Amino acid sequence: MSMNERILEKLRSSFPESIESENMFRNDLTAQIRKSDILRVCRFLCDDAELAFDMIIDLVGTDMYRPSARFEIVYNLYSLKNKCYARLKVAVDENEAAVDSVTSVWEGADWHEREAYDMIGVKFTGHPDHRRMYMPEEFEYHPLRKDFPLMGVPDSIPLPRK
Amino acid sequence: MPVRTVEEPVKSRLLSALEDQDTTVMIDDALENTMVLNMGPQHPATHGVLRVLVKLDGETVVAAVPELGYLHRGYEKIAENSSYHEFIPHTDRLDYLSPLSNNVGYVLAVEKLIGVEVPRRAQFIRVMCCEMARIASHLVAGGALAMDVGALTVLLWAFREREKLMDIYDVLCGARFTTSYTRIGGLQQDWTTQCTSMLTRFLDEFDNNVAEVETLLLANRIFIDRCENVGYLSRAEVIGLGLTGPLLRAAGVPRDLRRDNPYLVYSELDFEVITATESDVLARFYVRLAEMKESARILRQCLDKLPQGPINAQEAKRVLPKKERIYTKMEELIHDFMLINLGIDPPVGEVYQGIESSKGEFGIFIVSDGTGQPWRMKIRSPSAMNLQALPKMLKGGMISDIVAVIGSIDPVMGEADK
Repeated sequence: MSMNERILEKLRSSFPESIESENMFRNDLTAQIRKSDILRVCRFLCDDAELAFDMIIDLVGTDMYRPSARFEIVYNLYSLKNKCYARLKVAVDENEAAVDSVTSVWEGADWHEREAYDMIGVKFTGHPDHRRMYMPEEFEYHPLRKDFPLMGVPDSIPLPRK
Repeated sequence: MPVRTVEEPVKSRLLSALEDQDTTVMIDDALENTMVLNMGPQHPATHGVLRVLVKLDGETVVAAVPELGYLHRGYEKIAENSSYHEFIPHTDRLDYLSPLSNNVGYVLAVEKLIGVEVPRRAQFIRVMCCEMARIASHLVAGGALAMDVGALTVLLWAFREREKLMDIYDVLCGARFTTSYTRIGGLQQDWTTQCTSMLTRFLDEFDNNVAEVETLLLANRIFIDRCENVGYLSRAEVIGLGLTGPLLRAAGVPRDLRRDNPYLVYSELDFEVITATESDVLARFYVRLAEMKESARILRQCLDKLPQGPINAQEAKRVLPKKERIYTKMEELIHDFMLINLGIDPPVGEVYQGIESSKGEFGIFIVSDGTGQPWRMKIRSPSAMNLQALPKMLKGGMISDIVAVIGSIDPVMGEADK
């Protein structure tokens, strides 16, 4: 049995209701998880002795630009023991753009979540240091949203006083 | 697991005053014995435009907050608005100390998305590109670390060696820094015999030159004292923070994507994954030194094994045709027109491809909607994620250790800030 199938099987047996969909593309596994359960699922994947997803490699916020579930947060996890990746995905609605922070599971998620907040404006509840990552704190837009123009918004970044 | 404890300076009045206007801060309470020091973004030892706010008690660092974004150019936004081919030159400007390996990492991700495999000769050349980039980058990392702690000679020697690699880049792709060498499904130019002879000469001298650096530093009391037991991180912390590359391996975790999740032809090559257990600045320096020697080993094997054959995949609808054929053949002209103007038509889907770059895991995550431009492209930059460990490494150390610790992380801000 391949590792991807094993991960899915364990997820299905432990969280039968949480998995909304599964997808395999180019041998990469992506499991879409219900938003309210993401912290529990992450905690399980990290602590499980067999799967042991002990590293968070990446966290991606995507603006899908559609009426419902506008944003997607993708967690790219890595297991040192099994030497394999797995991706979790959460769909986030624009009206309540907030997800539970997974910094309590992997400390390294801290800056990833800050970056996702900065770029697409999804908040992470329970984050210890919820600031913007790259843009100035007073900047009011989220640049990687699809409705943010490529050229930027004039005068949106104040210049330093002379 | 406890969460980060650097919240305190973030909310302090001192820090907000500093952040607001970069001016002198008046301290009302004369007995308040901590001060906030603003280091960077224009500071020679921060390797670019990293800004660190340090809270000090005398000479001891109480807390540190790295601030990023001074070199943020919005590459992910640019990627969404350009075709897959158009983004290749931008990858040079990410980790500008090893542009060739960024080129390779990016095209590998796109090739994984569209399902193209390049011919074996191109794979070997790409491996050589990655390893030359690794040597060049580690040379700068080691030299800059030595310079940061006071030994300028090593930097000059390292740059002398790096210059030879730059000359090879020049012959190989016509540019020293902005290489843009790889193409989706192939390479811009073929490897030449001149490159082979230049690389052979470089490798022949390389071991001696590394040994020279070793004799200069590894018996040097000042260098050892400045680096030993500085910036320590435990194994659990390193894994929890998601660090990759030499930082992870210096903490005794033998993770190397070249061996663990092999790409290109790394599975056919013989090399060691270097680890150390001390997890301090010195251990990271050792790991980089030893990795350079392994890279030299890989390069020698590649030169021996380099097969003959084409360097571009035979996929007319996805791979750019050769220029001379565009000017003479109708088919190629049509394909070139379509590829340049509309882009490749990839399938709908999401892929992630990570490579072991010199700094750690450099990865590209592409969300494709089936058009010629990526819907979303995320750059997993190792420098940014390694910098995340900076507060932990600095806490409790001396102010003079800051430069050594930053040098051991070896951040490149072009990549960290995207």
